[in-house]
Amino acid sequence: MFLRVQTFALMFFFYVCLTTAAAEEVRVAVAANFLSTLNEIITNFPADMGHTIVVSSGSSGKLYAQIKNGAPFDVLFSADAERPQQLEKEGLAVKGSRFVYSVGRLTLWSSDSNMVHGDAQRVLSDGHFDHLAIANPKTAPYGRAAEQTLKKMGLWESLKDRIVQGENIGQAFQFVYSKNAQLGFVALSQALDPKTNGSGSRWDVPTSFHDSLEQEAVLLMRGKNNAGAKAFLNYVKGDKSKAIIERFGYGLP
Amino acid sequence: MTISEVDLGPLWLTLRLAGVTVIVLLIIGTPLAWWLAHTRSRARTVVEAIVAMPLVLPPTVLGFYLLVLLGPHGWIGSASQAVTGSALSFTFTGLVIASALYSLPFVVQPLHGAFESIGRKPLEAAWSLRASKLDTFLTIASPMASRGYLTAIVLGFAHTLGEFGVVLMVGGNIPGRTKVLSIAIYDHVEVLEYTQAHVLSAGLLVFSFLVLLMVYTINRRLPIHVS
Repeated sequence: MFLRVQTFALMFFFYVCLTTAAAEEVRVAVAANFLSTLNEIITNFPADMGHTIVVSSGSSGKLYAQIKNGAPFDVLFSADAERPQQLEKEGLAVKGSRFVYSVGRLTLWSSDSNMVHGDAQRVLSDGHFDHLAIANPKTAPYGRAAEQTLKKMGLWESLKDRIVQGENIGQAFQFVYSKNAQLGFVALSQALDPKTNGSGSRWDVPTSFHDSLEQEAVLLMRGKNNAGAKAFLNYVKGDKSKAIIERFGYGLP
Repeated sequence: MTISEVDLGPLWLTLRLAGVTVIVLLIIGTPLAWWLAHTRSRARTVVEAIVAMPLVLPPTVLGFYLLVLLGPHGWIGSASQAVTGSALSFTFTGLVIASALYSLPFVVQPLHGAFESIGRKPLEAAWSLRASKLDTFLTIASPMASRGYLTAIVLGFAHTLGEFGVVLMVGGNIPGRTKVLSIAIYDHVEVLEYTQAHVLSAGLLVFSFLVLLMVYTINRRLPIHVS
């Protein structure tokens, strides 16, 4: 009997050693706008380390609320800098692990290739459209940037009742892509997405029109001892990932 | 934070949406349920299945199809655009169409059941006394189906209040037009405004309970006189 307990203890010990040393599962929460870019990075992430990356996407606000309520994520790629900072302050993220992984660009986009041309101010104030899609300014950084841009252009009040809000930037893009809204403020990365084949027309909003869309990633407390999570974050900081991030329409810090 | 600081706009919008939807559904549902109860056509089974579909389909399926159909390039949306100048996605009318589809079985099924339980005898008696079909329906059938009507109205209304997924997909979250109660609650939770979310959620919870309590109480007390 004693021997059996000992054997089990030994087996358990080896099992723990094996699982911690080798392949680990990394659960990544990512803001909707960065999902396709992240998938591309993951495809390039060296397989020889054997880590598996499991991705969940949503609006940053929702992911933040989920993490606060115990969601099992190791890493967060937020669409803003505030929520990772907040998580760090609340002791839910590992201190010193935060970094800016990309800077978002906002663009006024239409799936109609003749819609946005020349002076964007005029396109918006002429008003040859029923709906202008933006992400929810209360929950999504791209939505807030869209609101700031419209205020800066002096058009917020006059366009207010033509604005339709997507729950996140993904839905805002989808409204324009499906032509339910003729125009929308979306992420440049979405307008450049291979799925749209570079169709449509767009005007890239000058970055001075809104607060910087710095997007931060952070290692969460659950991933503190996860070697895979650390390896992956390091990989994202590397040159190969940076090239992908730029190619997908983001600025670099 | 007190109750008076919670934005009640979505509440009124939701009540209006549910009210209009129920009226639309009674107008469509009454002849449909009547037909289902009396036809001998083989199409009946097919129509019954179609009516029941919103019960099992995920709201995202309805939402996706409606987004495609109600938009300026969908056939309903483009027809509307030709007549009224605007498509139906992101509009109150669009939400009424969506809600009517979504709550269809909740109105048609109780009416169908009620009409069926009346049977043909009382109707044939009335017809033999030369009452017209409309007269028979108004003075014999509909009073006898009052329990079915009450259930249909209350369930149709309550189910529309609880709508979320479809509206999220075709509504566009416009205050005063498409930002209904369930969406407002979702937004509050997203930005951690738990007090507002609590007030609205608790209100909906109590209301739903009272509504269902009323249905079950009345269903037990209301007599139906089937001879």
